[in-house]
Amino acid sequence: MSKKTLTDSISSINESIAYDEETNIFSLKEVGTWLDIATEIKNLNFNYLMCITSIDMENSQLALAYNLHSTETKDSIEFNLFFDKDTEIPSVESLWRTADWHEREAYDMMGIKFINHPDMKRILLPQDWEGYPLRKNYKVADYYHGMYIPKDKTSWE
Amino acid sequence: MSKENLIDKSSINTDDMILNMGPQHPSTHGVLRLKIHTDGEVVSKIEPIIGYLHRCFEKHSENLPYEQIVPFTDRCDYLSSMHMSHAYSIAVEKMMDIEIPERVEYIRVIVSELQRIASHAFFIGVFGLDVGAITPFTWVFRDRERIIDLFETLTGARLLYNYVWPGGVSHDLPEKFITRTIEFLDYFEPQLIEVDELLTTNKIFIERTADIGVLDKDIAINYGVTGPALRASGVDFDLRKNEPYSIYDKLDFDVPVGRGEMGTVGDSWDRYIVRFLEIKESIKIIRQCFKSIPEGDVHAALPKKVRPRKGSTYSRFESSRGELGYYIISDGKNVPTRLKMRSPAFSNLSVLPYLSEGWMISDVITILGSLDIVLGEIDR
Repeated sequence: MSKKTLTDSISSINESIAYDEETNIFSLKEVGTWLDIATEIKNLNFNYLMCITSIDMENSQLALAYNLHSTETKDSIEFNLFFDKDTEIPSVESLWRTADWHEREAYDMMGIKFINHPDMKRILLPQDWEGYPLRKNYKVADYYHGMYIPKDKTSWE
Repeated sequence: MSKENLIDKSSINTDDMILNMGPQHPSTHGVLRLKIHTDGEVVSKIEPIIGYLHRCFEKHSENLPYEQIVPFTDRCDYLSSMHMSHAYSIAVEKMMDIEIPERVEYIRVIVSELQRIASHAFFIGVFGLDVGAITPFTWVFRDRERIIDLFETLTGARLLYNYVWPGGVSHDLPEKFITRTIEFLDYFEPQLIEVDELLTTNKIFIERTADIGVLDKDIAINYGVTGPALRASGVDFDLRKNEPYSIYDKLDFDVPVGRGEMGTVGDSWDRYIVRFLEIKESIKIIRQCFKSIPEGDVHAALPKKVRPRKGSTYSRFESSRGELGYYIISDGKNVPTRLKMRSPAFSNLSVLPYLSEGWMISDVITILGSLDIVLGEIDR
């Protein structure tokens, strides 16, 4: 499939999909329809989800970047979602099982909640950790389980 | 009263037993904890619990200049540090549009392929050890030591090199490096045949690995499994061929895929043999590079200040474990706004619960070993 027909067929799935020709990225602001759009994208042979990146855009705006690849047509696309920090995102775990752990990581590190995810809990940090470390406004806590967390690390070096 | 009626069967509790394997266990290859639900000896469910080695790599890199992130990337996958910094450098160069001198590209490919040999040799050793073969472990470790010695003459460090930088490499190849490497390859190829004879067709080894943990290719792609584990399932997918970076498009090499010679396509034996054959391909690549490596200054393209353009990029790299991706967002400063590492072993490990269901506990060790995970890279 040529690049033009590919972009056209993805853009025609939903009116709210925006396409930036310069960066070659699709973006979506109304995230409620994301699962339907993702299903359509998967039907275009995008069988391999490479990576989900969670991004803090500051001013309580978050974003997700989905990098997709097709092992059959060898095309790669990037899809970005932009949303408020309290918005819940439809999980695409049912389409690509890779999303299972990547979405858990996005929740763990950035505090993005996913709807219909089978096992929405922290993956890298302890279950009782407070806060989401990759947010730009994250402050390291003073104590963890009664242990003081040292801030001044000059004596360590 | 007959014997059967003496026992009230309804009172016998047949709950699953939960067995904790790790975090300190020699077969988990690091600090991985597996919560194994077993019904007798048969595994009914596995929950991998990761994060014991989490060192906040992504958070740290948001506070560091681009050039200072390189040593951090090395420490993620400590068995193939060269790949980590090579992939990172490619990602940064992609954002800065730097032309890399050809000699640098050749040096990078040589060290990357040497690293791949070292990493796969390590795999063969510990995988043999996992299923009970001790001799290959000592043999390949003796040979891997020689690669590490070569890297020591090149960089001064044995495991964490900080050698590949955005825009170049830290310094040129030292005197006699090429002759020493050729000497090593001449020595290593016959050694490989010995390991092959000892392990590949060994009856016990085949019994332990063939037909165990069969991974279907569609499921492998759906789970995001990449690298040798995916190729073992019969998918011809290698980023060095599919999306060639550096000078791989000029080099002649084959991509071994699993064919199910000892059992089914995509079993643990296939995952072993694919890595074994990749070592031979890497040797082929290094020999070709030595034939045509040009002269030149390796520092010619090093930027004074690493300030990528505004925007984002996702770059892919074939590391010894699979697709290593870096997603970098820059706002024009010398510090990245967001840096995400798509670690191959992270996705490869996520298929373990699916693969091990219904197998014995001893087979879980085989399956986990055949996936070749490195916890430093999974936890970042």
